[in-house]
Amino acid sequence: MSLLKLRNLSVKLRQRQVFRDISFDIGAGECVGLIGPNGAGKTTLMRATLGLLPSEGQSSLTTLTALQRARAVAWMPQAREIAWPISIERLVALGRIPHLPLGQTIPRQDQAFVDAAIDQMGLDQFRSRAASRLSGGEQARALIARALAQDTPLLMADEPIAGLDPAHQISTMQVFRDLADDGKASVVSIHDLGLAARHCTRLILLAEGGILADGPPAEVLTPDLIARAFGVSVWHELTPNGPVFQPLEVV
Amino acid sequence: MMRVEVCLSALVFALFIVSLGVGPADVSATDSLRALFDTSYGPLTMVMQEIRLPRAILAALIGAGLGLTGAALQGYLRNPLAEPGLIGVSGSAAFGAVLALHGGLAMGAVFGVPLMALLGALGGVILVLLLAGSRGGSMTLILAGIAISALASALTSLALNLSPNPFAANEIVFWMMGSLADLSMTHVALALPFLMAGAVLIATTARGLDALTLGEDAAQTMGINLSRLRLLLVLGTAAIIGGATAVAGAIGFVGLVVPHILRPLVGAQPSRLLWASALGGAIMLQLADIAVRVILPERDLKLGVITALIGAPLFLHLIYKTRRDLG
Repeated sequence: MSLLKLRNLSVKLRQRQVFRDISFDIGAGECVGLIGPNGAGKTTLMRATLGLLPSEGQSSLTTLTALQRARAVAWMPQAREIAWPISIERLVALGRIPHLPLGQTIPRQDQAFVDAAIDQMGLDQFRSRAASRLSGGEQARALIARALAQDTPLLMADEPIAGLDPAHQISTMQVFRDLADDGKASVVSIHDLGLAARHCTRLILLAEGGILADGPPAEVLTPDLIARAFGVSVWHELTPNGPVFQPLEVV
Repeated sequence: MMRVEVCLSALVFALFIVSLGVGPADVSATDSLRALFDTSYGPLTMVMQEIRLPRAILAALIGAGLGLTGAALQGYLRNPLAEPGLIGVSGSAAFGAVLALHGGLAMGAVFGVPLMALLGALGGVILVLLLAGSRGGSMTLILAGIAISALASALTSLALNLSPNPFAANEIVFWMMGSLADLSMTHVALALPFLMAGAVLIATTARGLDALTLGEDAAQTMGINLSRLRLLLVLGTAAIIGGATAVAGAIGFVGLVVPHILRPLVGAQPSRLLWASALGGAIMLQLADIAVRVILPERDLKLGVITALIGAPLFLHLIYKTRRDLG
């Protein structure tokens, strides 16, 4: 089942063509890693897909009403903004906004989504703590939990593991993979090629104003494509836990 | 309703009763309250029904409006320094009223000043919405608000500068300090529809304000239409501030300080802060209005002076606390 269709999506920002004619489909069961160098347009592509930026071409999400879209896709932006010192439980509960009838209280069945998301991101001990009193990494996990609580078929996250410690990087990527294994789909932009290779079912390499490669990690993360897109040579080894990549030098 | 809101409501009610009992007439509080419902008290009944009751009602309603709009704007702009005057409506309402005072309209028609203030507020809000554009974000709204405030302030100064005589200038300056003295039930009837309509409009923004806690992108992807939210918020604020300024003049600090004080008590959630701040605003203005009648009853102390005198030290305390928290 297709959860997202892009057809010839192009975005121009301040006279600069960021990318042109991007088309792909994302279906249930996929955990898609969006990779590419800085400035390749990963954030721009995700925001245009969601209708947060003006674009040419088509995204199936922008044909939906605001409320339909909010029930179809959850979004975790790169900017980790939490304006007020609300408790983690209330922050995560904000994810239920698109599902609530008019009125403010969260019904019992919705509380179950909040509890599950808090549990998934290992935030139970911080439940009643003010978000402002958490570290940057803990706040990031709370924001991922908020997106999970939205309980949508598709979850998109912009660099969700940036700033997380190694254990939480792995467990968070596993959460995105588990969503796919449960029949949903996730799209995450990510710079750690090893984690992307180990947890994503598919990688989309964005560079040179378009898609340079799109397919299973083993087909996308070749030395040639990595050198062409990122301008680095990498040491690459297949371990029992999956492939490991270490950038060596700028080429 | 949560415990905080219950306590605040009880305090609003208690201060309403106290407010009814305070005045220059030398009668006991019990007699005053009895006279409100019992016409056998003669002139005292008239004092209670025509002078003290509208004053107490307006103190609670206008205070609530100022607190509500302050909390709404702070939530929308995600800035604890935002206050209702920021979108330029209070400045333009004040300019409308000053024009009426300048032109001597206050002498000819009792409601000349409030009606001109409402017209000023309407003009201000139209200009702010035109300047900010239909798709602009919070930043364009702030810039448009500052521009209109500056313009209204300059024109008010010009009117003051060109005032026909010292008495008119004096009247303008006193009006701008804000007061609830000498208001009647007709003033209540004039302000009430605007205050109520504004409160309803702002109530519809509660969920959007919660979502905005996580930024504009996150809010939009949670189904919030930001252009609509901003329009409702600006119109709601304009109705409340226009209605309040029309009858009571410019009263500062309530919308700025009250949400600040109450935010920690309601867990900082913007939607919950709206109603807590409305109650808190009513309390602050009722206290200030009781203070002006008790401290110097013979000198006609102005309400805006007292709210500033209460608000400024509270604000200094908040600055001190913020600096301490930042280490």
